[in-house]
Amino acid sequence: MYVRHLQVTDFRSWAHADVAFEPGPSVLVGANGQGKTNLVEALGYVATLGSHRVATDAPLVRHGASRAIVRTAVVNAGRELLVELEVTPGRSNRARVNRAPVPRPRDVLGILRTVLFAPEDLALVRGDPGERRGFLDELLVLRAPRFAGVRGDYERVLKQRSALLKSAGVARRAGRRGGEGTGEAGDIRTLDVWDGHLARHGAELLAARLDLVADLAPHVGAAYAGVAPESRPASIAYRSSLGGALPEGYGQPGGPRADVATLEAALLDELGRVRPQELERGVCLVGPHRDELDLVLGEAPAKGYASHGESWSFALALRLGSFELLRADGAEPVLVLDDVFAELDRRRRRSLAGVALGAEQVLVTAAVPEDVPEELVGARYEVRDGEVRRV
Amino acid sequence: MYEGPVQDLIDELGRLPGIGPKSAQRIAFHLLAAEPADVTRLQEVLQRVKEGVRFCDVCGNVSEEERCRICRDARRDPTVVCVVEEPKDVLAVERTREFKGRYHVLGGALDPLSGVGPDQLRIRELLARIGSEDVREVILATDPNTEGEATATYLVRMLRDFPGLSVTRLASGLPMGGDLEFADELTLGRALSGRRAV
Ligand SMILES: Nc1ncnc2c1ncn2[C@@H]1O[C@H](COP(=O)(O)OP(=O)(O)O)[C@@H](O)[C@H]1O
Ligand SMILES: [Mg+2]
Ligand SMILES: [Zn+2]
Repeated sequence: MYVRHLQVTDFRSWAHADVAFEPGPSVLVGANGQGKTNLVEALGYVATLGSHRVATDAPLVRHGASRAIVRTAVVNAGRELLVELEVTPGRSNRARVNRAPVPRPRDVLGILRTVLFAPEDLALVRGDPGERRGFLDELLVLRAPRFAGVRGDYERVLKQRSALLKSAGVARRAGRRGGEGTGEAGDIRTLDVWDGHLARHGAELLAARLDLVADLAPHVGAAYAGVAPESRPASIAYRSSLGGALPEGYGQPGGPRADVATLEAALLDELGRVRPQELERGVCLVGPHRDELDLVLGEAPAKGYASHGESWSFALALRLGSFELLRADGAEPVLVLDDVFAELDRRRRRSLAGVALGAEQVLVTAAVPEDVPEELVGARYEVRDGEVRRV
Repeated sequence: MYEGPVQDLIDELGRLPGIGPKSAQRIAFHLLAAEPADVTRLQEVLQRVKEGVRFCDVCGNVSEEERCRICRDARRDPTVVCVVEEPKDVLAVERTREFKGRYHVLGGALDPLSGVGPDQLRIRELLARIGSEDVREVILATDPNTEGEATATYLVRMLRDFPGLSVTRLASGLPMGGDLEFADELTLGRALSGRRAV
């Protein structure tokens, strides 16, 4: 697939921008702060309904404007779809496909698939587990958009159950001190209900993540070997809060596919086991929100042990591995490389350029053209003073 | 901040569901500029609903009398009770013209984030009703979202102990994550006629 056209209004620094693209490589060149990343961020937003830089929508709207609009024409297997998103912070976004409103913005997921590699990705290696869970879930949604709903449902149940654990814990402690402990019985009865729902939605999310990691792991290993052949081999592994209760082989390449019903039963068991601690602490201790994607170099965890160069290579390998996986699925995504060549040495540049050249479309941003490997300089755009000009 | 009563009005309006600070301000200034007669009419209607409208003793729906129109209607089948979250859901189900039984309005759904547990809902009243009236089927028509589903699951557990009672849930097909009242008549009607035992 490729992006044929991008138009933004009041998005980030852009009052208005209008850019036509072609398949193959395109490079956006401009000094720092001219708005290159803002443009590819808009594309990323259409693909994931989120930004790779900020967690909320407010910074995406131009200062002084009340809403941002992103319009993009995407060509997939010869068929063109026009996606329009109106982003209004604090309210639900509105979306249209081919000028017809869709019930929920979520309905545009899957029309544009992007894999975006950016300097922020170093956090995939060095950041909290939440970064890596977010990475997996985003890829999951790119693979199958319905997981946006699964994840949304899980998060809602998790919030409700956590609130209940807190109030039940408070009531319990008050009761122990000789008070009435009002509401505790009701809380506990409904806790069973929330356990059941958490296990159901959690199992669906967990199974999908396990299968994803099993499929992704070989691609990441190969991508890492490609960008850093001199380094120790890289591998990834899913670590579940189920611990030893996770069936053997789940999440491993060549292992059995994860069975949702089995995982639901395991989660329910585990929830029963840890309930006293959960009530004590008022937090939900079991479920995919507590899981981790382990990144391993040789025998050692990458986090805390990898050098700066190795961390970069690992982050890159996670993105290139994602790209190859989506491709293997038969869903060729648009590859976006935001300001990353300057950070890489010659070998890594070459290797990245090699993968990028095979993509149906690759969009590159750079401060100076010299940063971009020659073979990737296809269509060139100059970004300056609030304008994008094809040169 | 505006002076005295104007700000009070904005604050009060802002506490209404679905009205943010900007809308509250807009409505307040609209009222300030409105004809006194218009404002008086609004004032009277507000007063009348608070004084004249109450909740049905049996089903919890809004009513002008002790028992609502539906509970008084002898043609409605008392053996089938449709459980909904809010009075507006009664209207939504009525619009389908598919349902000839009676209702029970819970007054919300399980929602720990807002401090709503079973004791804050009209669940005890529902159990009492089933124990004393000749109810043979309970249709769980809570919203197809997280809170509504949890409430339905909870009710299934509570209703298990009534011998011979059949408990059903609306068929899937309702837009998930939604609100019953937003489902169109056709979809809701189909969900109702395709209900399954749970
Ligand atoms: N919401 C916003 N409103 C106005 N300007 C913004 C907004 N968000 C970011 N900017 C501006 O955008 C510029 C950064 O754009 P960016 O795309 O990151 O630049 P680069 O070309 O280096 O990738 C900064 O000057 C920043 O002030
Ligand atoms: Mg940039
Ligand atoms: Zn009634």
